[in-house]
Amino acid sequence: MVLIYIDQDDQEIKKASFEAISYGAALAKQLGISAEAILLGTVKNNVSELGKYGASKVHQINNTALNNFDASVHANVVAAAAKTLGATVLVFAHNINGRAIAPAVAVKLSAGIVTGACALPNTEAGFVVTKTVFSGKAFASIQIDTPVKVISINQNSFGVVAGDGTATVQNIDIAVPTSKIKITATDKIKGEVPLTEANLVVSGGRGLKGPEHWGILLDLAKSLGASTACSRPVSDADWRPHHEHVGQTGIQIAPNLYIAIGISGAIQHLAGVNRSKTIVVINKDPEAPFFKAADYGVVGDAFEVVPALTAAILKSKAGA
Amino acid sequence: MKILVCISKTPDTTSKIAFTEGNTKFDENGVQWIINPYDEWYSLVKAIVLKEKDPSILIHLITVGGADTEPIIRKALALGGDEAIRVNNTSTDSMVVAQEIAAIAKEGAYDLILTGKETIDYNSASIGSMLCALLDTTFIPNAIALEVNGTIAIVKREIEGGEESCETSLPIILSCQKGMAEQRIPNMRGIMAARTKPLKVVEASIHNATTSIKKFDTPSAKSGVKLVEAGNMDEMVRLLKEEAKVI
Repeated sequence: MVLIYIDQDDQEIKKASFEAISYGAALAKQLGISAEAILLGTVKNNVSELGKYGASKVHQINNTALNNFDASVHANVVAAAAKTLGATVLVFAHNINGRAIAPAVAVKLSAGIVTGACALPNTEAGFVVTKTVFSGKAFASIQIDTPVKVISINQNSFGVVAGDGTATVQNIDIAVPTSKIKITATDKIKGEVPLTEANLVVSGGRGLKGPEHWGILLDLAKSLGASTACSRPVSDADWRPHHEHVGQTGIQIAPNLYIAIGISGAIQHLAGVNRSKTIVVINKDPEAPFFKAADYGVVGDAFEVVPALTAAILKSKAGA
Repeated sequence: MKILVCISKTPDTTSKIAFTEGNTKFDENGVQWIINPYDEWYSLVKAIVLKEKDPSILIHLITVGGADTEPIIRKALALGGDEAIRVNNTSTDSMVVAQEIAAIAKEGAYDLILTGKETIDYNSASIGSMLCALLDTTFIPNAIALEVNGTIAIVKREIEGGEESCETSLPIILSCQKGMAEQRIPNMRGIMAARTKPLKVVEASIHNATTSIKKFDTPSAKSGVKLVEAGNMDEMVRLLKEEAKVI
């Protein structure tokens, strides 16, 4: 059985989990075994709807203590459940919580693990998983040599595949160790889609010349319903908050669309965004290295191009 | 208090990534090696900052790798730290590396184990989590702030779309990222002192790898950027809608 970990935050199932189920279901089909999911704690979602993404069953541990994330506790519970259920492959989203527990679960199951997978394994001879390495500058094909296997999948690398199945939801009785972590505060940016879960991202660099010029970028983001990001110099200069910094040392993202405005495209920045499906670069310097990594480019003054793009998007939306 | 800082050797962020031997080995030709930035800027410097406040703190550095990692561990000692341990194992399997570190960590009875949030070469982001299971110790990933108050640790970590603050008791394992500390440059006194700091070499004890790298590939180059005239944003919208199908 392929067992897929469902990640929740504040009792909402994360989007990354839908992709993990889609991936796990495709893998289960390839192996001719069942795809089942495991959910720790309680959520507001209708859990049986996880069947849409290909899970035939959801094993739920109905213990509200698990609504707070503790890597050690969660890894213990998932590993114990995997043993009880006889799972042979475990799939996690390679998001913050998935990264925190998948390797620990692998230890507990004496399983080999590949984190940051970007495609389904090749199971013709052995079990070979392709992952991104060198911050997206290369891929490695890694064979897992153990009977039980653990995979975490890079966000937006497989996609969410939705059908119309319904999952059976079953309670599973697993002892929950007491957490040694006391959560004292949670500070979330209200009303924004987390950057790692955003489909569309508009990002600005030093080419915008100062924080007072961000209005045109915010207008463009609003017209698209996109999240906003920035380059490292911009966050270092405090023009924008640190949590918007994308790049090798910031957040790594892989949205469907990444629009870079006034960002030259240094290799460290590219490492954080080069998994985006489509990259649009707006820069007045035709020699900016970012154009080499872009799908579409506009050589021009951002202060003219960006408002014009916003207007064109609004016009297109009004017409549609 | 005793702190163990895990250090990894990685290619410089500007390195050209190429492979040799039928794409099965990383081409080290002309590569500049650095301390993995997350290990250096955030884990190691955070440990040094803690020791500056409380000089009784002992900082041990650990790396798992061949003799070619020694210049990197000396560079780390030039920033700070009391002594270093190199486990002579060149495995690329995270599970092997984590088990080697766990063996040293058990013996050293550390109160705080710091890793970077990931290495910039294999991007596995696994060591902290594996140590959590191997040592049965609390693990807080993506830590951006830490205060130690006696045996209590106050930690802030990144969560998707925000931050979470928590309290826990030592010992703990943290994976560190931006926010934990500020980058530093070693000074001459540090570089001189590093030469005489103890660097202990421990022979490899774990040999059963769970994974093996079959080959590397480099991404196929983008087919080339399609340029759109600055005055024709309607065309850009059409391309994004009809060709790329992303909006």
